Amino acid sequence: MTQSGEPTPDDAFAAIVEAHDGLSPEASARLNARLVLLLAERVGDPAAVIRAATAARRGLEDA
Amino acid sequence: MAGHVRSRLPYAPPPKGRGARAGRVPVAIVGAGPVGLSAAIDLALKGVASVVVDDDDRVSPGSRAFTWARRTIDIFDRLGVGEAIRAKGVTWRTERVFHGARTLAVIDHAPDAGVAAPAFLNLQQYHVEEILLARCADFPDLIDLRFRHRVTAAEQDAAGVTLDVYTEDGRYRLAADWLLACDGARSSVRGMMDLAFEGEAFEDRFLIADIRSPAPFPDERWFWFAPTFHPGQTAMLHRQPDGMVRLDLQLGPDADPERERLPERVAPRVEAALGGRPFDLDWVSVYAFSARRLAQFVHGRIVFAGDSAHVIPPFGSRGANAGVQDVDNLCWKLALVIGGAAGPELLASYDAERGRAADDNLRRAGRSARFMGPRTPAERLFRDEVLALAVDHAFAQRLIDPGRMSTPCALDGLSLQSADDPAMAGPMGPGAPCLDAPVTDPDGRPGWLLPRLGGRFTLLGVGVEPPAVEGAARLTVGEGGLGDPAGLVAARYPRGVYIIRPDQHVAARWAAPAPRAAAHALARARGAIAEVGP
Ligand SMILES: Cc1cc2nc3c(=O)[nH]c(=O)nc-3n(C[C@H](O)[C@H](O)[C@H](O)COP(=O)(O)OP(=O)(O)OC[C@H]3O[C@@H](n4cnc5c(N)ncnc54)[C@H](O)[C@@H]3O)c2cc1C
Repeated sequence: MTQSGEPTPDDAFAAIVEAHDGLSPEASARLNARLVLLLAERVGDPAAVIRAATAARRGLEDA
Repeated sequence: MAGHVRSRLPYAPPPKGRGARAGRVPVAIVGAGPVGLSAAIDLALKGVASVVVDDDDRVSPGSRAFTWARRTIDIFDRLGVGEAIRAKGVTWRTERVFHGARTLAVIDHAPDAGVAAPAFLNLQQYHVEEILLARCADFPDLIDLRFRHRVTAAEQDAAGVTLDVYTEDGRYRLAADWLLACDGARSSVRGMMDLAFEGEAFEDRFLIADIRSPAPFPDERWFWFAPTFHPGQTAMLHRQPDGMVRLDLQLGPDADPERERLPERVAPRVEAALGGRPFDLDWVSVYAFSARRLAQFVHGRIVFAGDSAHVIPPFGSRGANAGVQDVDNLCWKLALVIGGAAGPELLASYDAERGRAADDNLRRAGRSARFMGPRTPAERLFRDEVLALAVDHAFAQRLIDPGRMSTPCALDGLSLQSADDPAMAGPMGPGAPCLDAPVTDPDGRPGWLLPRLGGRFTLLGVGVEPPAVEGAARLTVGEGGLGDPAGLVAARYPRGVYIIRPDQHVAARWAAPAPRAAAHALARARGAIAEVGP
């Protein structure tokens, strides 16, 4: 029963992945940067973005 | 390069026959830059005498700090040089940001109408220094300027400071109750005291040039990311008085400062930037920025102000503006301490308040520096994509950081301010720097609010008669006092009674006149009540 017109989180994930189709690694990196900036704007809550940045960094080591 | 004609300032031989005691002065100021000169004037306005020593006898060689922000212009008004500065300066409010050949954003820096001072004013540092020097001459009994006098040692004890001063006619000792170290980014007093000056240096080099050109330029700030005439870097152009423009070109970290200063290197760059307009070079410098501050600005009887206390990358014109704002915060406190009306503890609030401002300036300027000269591939990627998105997206336009312009620092929550009256809401709470507004005298003559606040403690009533409290002047707007022709005082200052500090910041406020609370808050604002909280 997944027949409503509302996209699901799975649809959003697929759209993010598919947006990269055919792009060079450089262009993919640009797309990611744009996505982050646009999403940060859509979230409309700087505190939430700051928390997300901290959460995203967790588990990644300094080079 | 002709250069601005800088007359020599008069040298006076060391004072003779004045014993250490007879020669003792309330305040010695080391450094006759914009900060030291402003301090001498501000102290003189409060009746405090100072001796200003400077090892040089010329004003600044080039424009250096040339963009003065509204808050600083308000202070210049209070110091009595606002008119001279305005008569000479180029005022502006519009900033145009370009990416390559495309206009990315047009920023209006003066959203508040109805204030006396312009958003920004361009005036070469040497002109500002000359105007301040002329103002010093109005106080022959209170300001003693000594050029080509170099301080070589400073010692302090509980009672005061003793300086060793070197001149071509010999050395002498200068004894002072207080020493203001306004001796610039390479402060020798800081060095003598062996104080750490921590922070970071930016590797990016900038070419800065004062250019004479008969061509017309608009009264705007122009900022380019990756201009066609200077690929891959940033550029900035401002009009200055005397038919001059100031051009700032980013050169990147690998530029060789000696080579980039050569006229044969500079001229083609300027020619490209000016698009073939005729020009002469007046002054050229290659500059690297750093961001550092002293951990403490007050060390016993030695107080640091301006570049000696903090160096701030000048993006957004923060360097000298911050220094003049230090003076504004410091001098009334020092005058109260010298006059015995406050204990030396009051100076701790200078350290806390201007320390907050320095941190704020350093944080913002550091971000601007990184936006202009990204240091990692990721930083560059995000910067470039903000620029790319800005073409279609207003939110990205607002993220563009070509140097966030200097804004005054709010002092709320620090020890001199009282907690806000729960019955009050809206702007101008405790700690806010006062915003100007048009007023009229009872006889209808137009004027401005800020000059009426003067340089003393004032109880300002807006729509309410302020109570009489010992030690503060009273000023009423409405209720038979000053008129509020545009309704802007009432719009900016919600109805109530305000304690305004001598540096025109709100210390406390109430919805209704409250004489006991006002007396208490006034004592707090003078540093007489140490604990924090209402
Ligand atoms: C090349 C250049 C470009 C700049 N561009 C900008 C800009 O675009 N925007 C901006 O905001 N700021 C700019 N600045 C910074 C700005 O000039 C400073 O912020 C400002 O001059 C600070 O003022 P000050 O009074 O604290 O110190 P200074 O103006 O440096 O004055 C200090 C004075 O102390 C004197 N002195 C030092 N040691 C002694 C001693 N031992 N005895 C006696 N006298 C002494 C010095 O001779 C000097 O006259 C620039 C600076 C430079 C050098």
